[in-house]
Amino acid sequence: MAGTETKAVTKTAKTPRPAKGDDLAGLEAGLDALDAVQVTRTPVREVLLRKVLPPVVAVALVLAVWQLLVSAQVTDAYKLPPPAAVWDSLRKMWLEGTLLEVLWTSVSRALLGFLMALAIGTPLGLLVARVRVVRAAIGPILSGLQSLPSVAWVPPAVLWLGLNDSMMFAVILLGAVPSIANGLVAGIDQVPPLFLRAGRTLGATGLRGARFVIMPAALPGYLAGLKQGWAFSWRSLMAAEIIASSPDLGLGLGQLLENGRNNIDMPGIFLAIILILVVGVAIDLLIFSPLERAVLRSRGLLVKS
Amino acid sequence: MATTLTKAEDRAADTASHAARLRHVSKSFATPAGRQLVLDDISLDVAPGEFVTLLGASGCGKSTLLNLVAGLDKPSAGAIDTPGGRPALMFQEHALFPWLTAGRNIELALRLRGVERSARRPEAERLLELVRLGGAYGKRVHELSGGMRQRVALARALAQDSELLLMDEPFAALDAITRDVLHDELTRIWRETSVSVLFVTHNVREAVRLAQRVVLLSSRPGRIAREWTVDIEQPRRIEDADVAELSVEITEELRGEIRRHGRH
Ligand SMILES: Nc1ncnc2c1ncn2[C@@H]1O[C@H](COP(=O)(O)OP(=O)(O)O)[C@@H](O)[C@H]1O
Ligand SMILES: [Mg+2]
Repeated sequence: MAGTETKAVTKTAKTPRPAKGDDLAGLEAGLDALDAVQVTRTPVREVLLRKVLPPVVAVALVLAVWQLLVSAQVTDAYKLPPPAAVWDSLRKMWLEGTLLEVLWTSVSRALLGFLMALAIGTPLGLLVARVRVVRAAIGPILSGLQSLPSVAWVPPAVLWLGLNDSMMFAVILLGAVPSIANGLVAGIDQVPPLFLRAGRTLGATGLRGARFVIMPAALPGYLAGLKQGWAFSWRSLMAAEIIASSPDLGLGLGQLLENGRNNIDMPGIFLAIILILVVGVAIDLLIFSPLERAVLRSRGLLVKS
Repeated sequence: MATTLTKAEDRAADTASHAARLRHVSKSFATPAGRQLVLDDISLDVAPGEFVTLLGASGCGKSTLLNLVAGLDKPSAGAIDTPGGRPALMFQEHALFPWLTAGRNIELALRLRGVERSARRPEAERLLELVRLGGAYGKRVHELSGGMRQRVALARALAQDSELLLMDEPFAALDAITRDVLHDELTRIWRETSVSVLFVTHNVREAVRLAQRVVLLSSRPGRIAREWTVDIEQPRRIEDADVAELSVEITEELRGEIRRHGRH
């Protein structure tokens, strides 16, 4: 083909421009100014007031009701410990130095498992979304797997792999990979055909199409899948830790809960449940929600209420 | 004077006698009611640097024809030649990627064309200047008005540095004032670059306002019904008397074409 190399050329108008239309630039600037969309961000104070205050009040209320029930002695003291007893358990664990250790054991397992699920679920989702035969073959299975409680995988995983970390990771993967893959498939299915056509005319076909158009366009759906994948990772791990306890495994939150049952230590059980809840919510709140909001906001998809 | 890198000007000087050549192009689609012939025996040349508008009623196959020329679809019969490489295509919807800023949208087009990294940013800035959006480099698509989005889309199409620019009713969704301004812009940019334009519209005045040549398509199947050469000096206004006069003539013809379908 002629002229594939580029060279510098001085541009000239084909005919001299008449004076008519010289004020076009001014007219256009005026239109742009009138039409431009104003994008404002909510001030921090308002965010605190509207987003942070309500959940804080809700937690305070729950604690108050809890204390009331204890004071009214609605049930045996060993079944419903007062909040103060749970607080003491927490303090004790902190002072013994086991608190962070237990948290870290579980959180590091879950995050590592989640990263593995990410590495497997992403290419799997891409394959299912883009290759028709693969979708026909495993698409339905993948969606079906999402409704299978991951605790069901613990017994076979123990028999296959033994009581060790690999078994934990296997359970996490079986729980989280389908969510991540399905999220990506949903994200890709929702990419507007117009973007695909625009990409093709720009020369983004094949792998370049996947990289420059399909993947970024599918990002919101993918992130939603990751969020759900994290929730599944965490749940699966807790199921695995509760059922499969062994001295070799290190003390995680699940085992903490199971130990509480064995020792009939109700404050310990409450503490473990609260910690499991707090970690699950915190990771979502600290990592996934900000990521998702940043992506949606940058695309103008975050609807202000 | 802007100094720039363009392949289109090289090629225009080089060889081809046409930016696009369609010979006996037909297109039919399989529908539940059998094969439907949408385009029938279309032969059309667009000369290098020429501005041609393709006019026709809704559903007559204008978008189908542009898709064929753009290479997004294959003709059922006939041949299409675009010696300048893959044509650029602009849609009625801006089709800008919302995950990129205005500037990055243009840089993506440059990157896919093979422009090296260090040259992309200055070239994107130059193209934004060209559509008079010098300050919009870092703007997100949702922060721009409809008219600004179409101008960024035009800049992105120009970034492909294709010899042929295909436009599918790109201003149909804009308000009249903005559309009018964009007509002026498009005329100015077409004259400043050596790009050939094949512009599709169902708006007769728009067709006459912009084109050197107006091609009227009939409906069901789409055939070339008639052509007009527009000898009115640019820049024109949509309300100019000679624009209006020719528009009346073409509208009569278009109405006649549409009326034929009401009989039998
Ligand atoms: N992929 C397709 N399959 C079947 N029919 C189609 C397809 N694309 C377009 N058509 C038909 O072709 C005709 C012309 O469509 P189009 O090119 O979009 O018209 P225009 O752009 O002129 O409004 C319409 O009747 C439409 O229903
Ligand atoms: Mg159309």
